[in-house]
Amino acid sequence: MKPTDPSITWLEEKPLGLAERLYLPLFVQGLATTARHLVSPKVTVSFPEERPTVGNPLIYRGVHRLNRDDEGRVKCVACFLCATACPAHCIDIVATESPWPDREKYPEAFQIDELRCIFCGMCEEACPVDAIELTSLLDLTGKSREEMIFDKEKLLSVYDMTKDSEPMKSASLGGTL
Amino acid sequence: MAVVIVDGQEVEIGADERLNCIEAARRAGKEIPHYCWHPGLSVVASCRMCLIETGQRDAATGKVTMVPKLVPGCQTPVKDGTVIVTESEKVRESRARVEEALLIDHPIDCPICDKAGECLLQDYHFEHGQPERRADIHAFTSRKRDVGPTISLFVDRCIMCTRCVRFTREVSGTGELMVTSRGAKEEIDVFPGFPLDNKLAGNVVDLCPVGALGDKDFLYQQRVWFLKREANVCGGCSAGCSIYTEHNQDTVYRLKPRENPHVNTWWICDEGRYGWHHLHDSARILEAGRRVARAPGGNGHAPLPLQAVEWADVVIGIRADLAKAGRLAVAVSPMLTVEEAWMLCEVARSIDSSAFLALGHVPVTGDDETFPGGFTIRGEKCPNRQGVEEVLATFGSGGRSWHDLVAHVAAGHADAAWITAGYPGPWIDDAQAKPFAGLSCLVVQDLFDSPLTVHATWRLPAPGFAERAGTWVNVAHHAQSFRQAIRPPAGVWPEGRLYWNMLGRRGLYDAAAIRREVAGQSAAFAALGDDVPPTGVDLRVRALA
Repeated sequence: MKPTDPSITWLEEKPLGLAERLYLPLFVQGLATTARHLVSPKVTVSFPEERPTVGNPLIYRGVHRLNRDDEGRVKCVACFLCATACPAHCIDIVATESPWPDREKYPEAFQIDELRCIFCGMCEEACPVDAIELTSLLDLTGKSREEMIFDKEKLLSVYDMTKDSEPMKSASLGGTL
Repeated sequence: MAVVIVDGQEVEIGADERLNCIEAARRAGKEIPHYCWHPGLSVVASCRMCLIETGQRDAATGKVTMVPKLVPGCQTPVKDGTVIVTESEKVRESRARVEEALLIDHPIDCPICDKAGECLLQDYHFEHGQPERRADIHAFTSRKRDVGPTISLFVDRCIMCTRCVRFTREVSGTGELMVTSRGAKEEIDVFPGFPLDNKLAGNVVDLCPVGALGDKDFLYQQRVWFLKREANVCGGCSAGCSIYTEHNQDTVYRLKPRENPHVNTWWICDEGRYGWHHLHDSARILEAGRRVARAPGGNGHAPLPLQAVEWADVVIGIRADLAKAGRLAVAVSPMLTVEEAWMLCEVARSIDSSAFLALGHVPVTGDDETFPGGFTIRGEKCPNRQGVEEVLATFGSGGRSWHDLVAHVAAGHADAAWITAGYPGPWIDDAQAKPFAGLSCLVVQDLFDSPLTVHATWRLPAPGFAERAGTWVNVAHHAQSFRQAIRPPAGVWPEGRLYWNMLGRRGLYDAAAIRREVAGQSAAFAALGDDVPPTGVDLRVRALA
């Protein structure tokens, strides 16, 4: 579209009124805003001594966890659907035949590169057995890149850590299992 | 000329062609869904998925008389004036009912089924099925049992098309698979003690339209939608079967047969199917190396260690070393493509104009084995003996075998030798390698270390079959061109690239350019001048014309 296009309406800046040209009324207006914030309650949190509150942990997208079933086994069936849905290609699964009779395959290795992850939650949506979930853990730190590649054990330990504070979403959101 | 009317569209078919409705409709671009019919197997018309409406147009009056009932398209031959209707309401309804019946007790375990993504049941259900499930059966798991050393059967996923049963009876002729029980309790099984264990067994997995038969070699390895496929040629034997190399991130996961009526029809043997594992063997030679001074051969001294050499220095170094050594003997491996063999001969002749060129070692295991369905596994376990022999003949060295070369070297007629190999398995023993110990310069190109590489001045890595590009000529003079499917491991140059650079050519190795040159200079390869179709060309037919 060219600037001369008839469908474009060009707006002119309004000329300054008397109050604006006097400067002082606007100056007072600004000072009033500052003064109001001086006395209003603080919203800044002194992280990490103080923890921010997460509105709804069920829809928060933080660190991943791999859920366990009733018998404490990893729930994942190694279908690769999370890895397929992942736009950042950060999920790496090695599948193998499961040692349990009720399941055909399970993940021998399950790695998520948390540095690559964009926390979009697509893995969680793709999972047919609600095995992978995003928790409300938001302070994700590590001393090396390798440390930030979470393996199966670490992802299961995230579940163990958060299962009491955040129940599996499957039940509350009408999941499949 | 016979005319068939498919959904109002007239299609001409040859007078002596015997087509069924599925094939005739395909000519018109209409796909009739089918499970049990396969062009390579007998017709049983049991799945009822290909039911269509047919009729006959009266040639004189042009009046069409339709058959009142639906008929199976696979079993109904077409003739002049046959009318096929593939998209009527009646046909659509029938397909939806067939899909519903098949899915009543089919376990919906697609997320963990290895066939998901290339499953006909999924595809046809998406296209022809109905969205809701009226049955209250919700099976989520399938019983699994071993039917052979390479094949697993997921019993409940089976839709009883019996393609696999017919394959073992008609093509492999071994008849291990059978149908047990009747009606809704029908199952595929093997007789106890007689597992599905024949040299073509892997084909039943390709034939299976659903996920009932699984290849243990590929099971759980990778989801099919991650795989990329490249039309390739199997290098396992001189039959040169057309295949697809299915790979992801330069790792091969499986080989699949590629339909080629001139070579392998629809099948490949298990030896070829599983013959890619050497590509990812950790014992492969992965860098070019040179011994600065060789230990005196044959006196028990440990050989001097190889020093890694950059490829740019290899290109210059080999030429200099061989030129300095004197009389050159070259073994052109039957694993090389025609283009690579041609360039190797050119390189050799440019170093020593009277170089002794001979065919490399031809591995042979047993005799040719032909199955009742006509499929043949060749005893000659190399893909391109014909092609290399033709190339050698063009360079005036036809008929010279590997044994002639060994005798030539043993008699002291050569000062230097260049041995190309690239065999997936052991191929030479100490006794045969011994004459090469006395040479002043020996270049060996191979996949793995062998008794010969011990004596090598230059030890160069060779690419595997999926890492090459070029043309192979099979035992029946059928030439097939293919592209590189995966990149070789870091540090390995395909032979074509090395020779291309040694000839001082610019840019990247271009197999098609070399192929056209070869076709222009050699009458035997004249048929390769144009673009080679995916199914290849017969060199003899064009040579006679």
